[in-house]
Amino acid sequence: MTTTDTARPVDAGSGRAVSKKRPRGAAGGGLRRAVPATTLLWILACLYGLPVLWFILSSLKPAGDLFSYPLTLVPHHPTLSGYLTAWRSANFSQYFINTTIVCVITTILTVGASCCTGYALAKYDNKWLKVFFICILATTMLPSEVMLAPEFLVVRNLGLYNSFSGIILPAVLTATGCFMFRQFFLTVPDELVEAARIDGARELSIFLRIMVPLSRPIMLTLAILSFQWRWNDYIWPLLMLNDPDKFTVQIGIQSIVGAQNINWSVLLGASVISMIPLIVIFLVFQRYVMGADINAGLKD
Amino acid sequence: MTKRASDVSASPPRRRRSSYTIAPLVLIAANVVLFALFFVWPAVIGLVYSFTNYTGVGAFQFVGLDNYHNLFGDSTFYDALGRTLLYTVLFVPLNFALSLLIANVLVSKHAKGTSVARVIFFIPWLLSPIVVGVLWRWLFGENFGLVNYVVEKLGGHAIPWQSNADLSLLVVVMAASWAWTGFSMLLFIAAIKNVPVSYYEAAALDGAGPWRQFISITLPSIAPTSFIVILLNTINAMKEYPLFASLNNGGPGTSNNLLVQYIYQTGFQRGQIGYASAASFVLMLILMAVAIIQLIVNRRVENR
Repeated sequence: MTTTDTARPVDAGSGRAVSKKRPRGAAGGGLRRAVPATTLLWILACLYGLPVLWFILSSLKPAGDLFSYPLTLVPHHPTLSGYLTAWRSANFSQYFINTTIVCVITTILTVGASCCTGYALAKYDNKWLKVFFICILATTMLPSEVMLAPEFLVVRNLGLYNSFSGIILPAVLTATGCFMFRQFFLTVPDELVEAARIDGARELSIFLRIMVPLSRPIMLTLAILSFQWRWNDYIWPLLMLNDPDKFTVQIGIQSIVGAQNINWSVLLGASVISMIPLIVIFLVFQRYVMGADINAGLKD
Repeated sequence: MTKRASDVSASPPRRRRSSYTIAPLVLIAANVVLFALFFVWPAVIGLVYSFTNYTGVGAFQFVGLDNYHNLFGDSTFYDALGRTLLYTVLFVPLNFALSLLIANVLVSKHAKGTSVARVIFFIPWLLSPIVVGVLWRWLFGENFGLVNYVVEKLGGHAIPWQSNADLSLLVVVMAASWAWTGFSMLLFIAAIKNVPVSYYEAAALDGAGPWRQFISITLPSIAPTSFIVILLNTINAMKEYPLFASLNNGGPGTSNNLLVQYIYQTGFQRGQIGYASAASFVLMLILMAVAIIQLIVNRRVENR
């Protein structure tokens, strides 16, 4: 008892998650090694964090102070006027709602379709399933950017031009999603399926009542990823949407950048607003993204 | 990991699997339809249109290999292709080095505050390419950017980040490497954590220092992940467009127009769908070649 009690705090103290993998160095070398490693880590972290910090702090400056020298890191008169102007101007709130609708619907469809496909690929053994698996593999090698023009014509011929379904439907099938679910269901023991079959459960009800609840963590991971992909999409919505009332946030931001004279105050405000949903989702569900073995989805 | 693997292999032989055909068919139906509609169909008509002079509306005529012939005589296409390759060649190694370095520091047991730092490294990946472009444009503005301000404070001259084509490309390379680090880093962290501890213990007993351990143990052990990272980043770099659109709009002038922008402009702004389809197919062939070359190299390395 006593040994485990004393051992634990030491373990927890030495940089949690990762530390146990490797042996601790000699006790005397601990501090000597900790200083350079920690310094390097935080120099890098500052380099990576500074651009975002500068961007967010700038967005809090009033429009008049943006270009006034000397530049200051911390705004003298912090204000939200940039955000307010951005939110009110040019339908930005409408873009925000549009993007949210598109993201939520696509994410739900993607998770559903990927879950079904992943399960079928993992738990059934058929020649044509293997063929389909290779087909899905091919889609990672040939992203839609490569076939912009023909894909545009297909969607137009389906009568989906200038509608949300024109952005939603082509985005539902994602190789990463199918792989993630396939990889997960491979780790679920086949005995579970066999036992349910012996009990007389039908194939689809095994899937719906046993497998779907099991895969909840993967669903959440894929949902976050999918939401991020769709929120950040630019080129496909740009091609598909003609009606300014249907534009997405990214198109809205790019249209401010594309103007003859960039209104930086509005641009900074709009950009920061567009970052907020993803950062909030990420911070809340951090462990589902960080802990996820995304590798498993792509490597096979 | 090993536990999972044994679970799978220990499962009973897949006996009646082949008799279940209806259920999997129902399960994959949605994705099969989507695959056919938005992948097979565009690929087929794209190939067909690349041999025509189709403009998106009305009738079209087959023109044989004219589009491809014109494409290889078009200096704008070569410029775009060259610029795309240059961008890829700069971006992929830089991103690889940065994310591998950061992954190693984050996994190191000596560094303090890794959980907070990891979030800082990851946040850029959440931002959209458009916002990343805006952010770096703001940072590297010639007259108003923070970077030139610091350069001038230190006694230097303002650097033409926007008006010099090569510097402009360099800014995009840095921005992309910065933004994509989070993702590559996650893959590397997962791979490094899977390297058996005993390897390092044995090496340490033999007197190998940290650098030697990294070269002789970590690098070979994570080779499959390195392969994935390089492949994904190459594909992403070859199809980059939104980042350029917001950072410098392919400028100054047209000097940094990449392939996707070229396809977009010929196909949608000039309405030459047939011609753009031909350009798309060239890009597709390049991507396939890249994938195949990397697969072969990967096989060679693994068989050694």
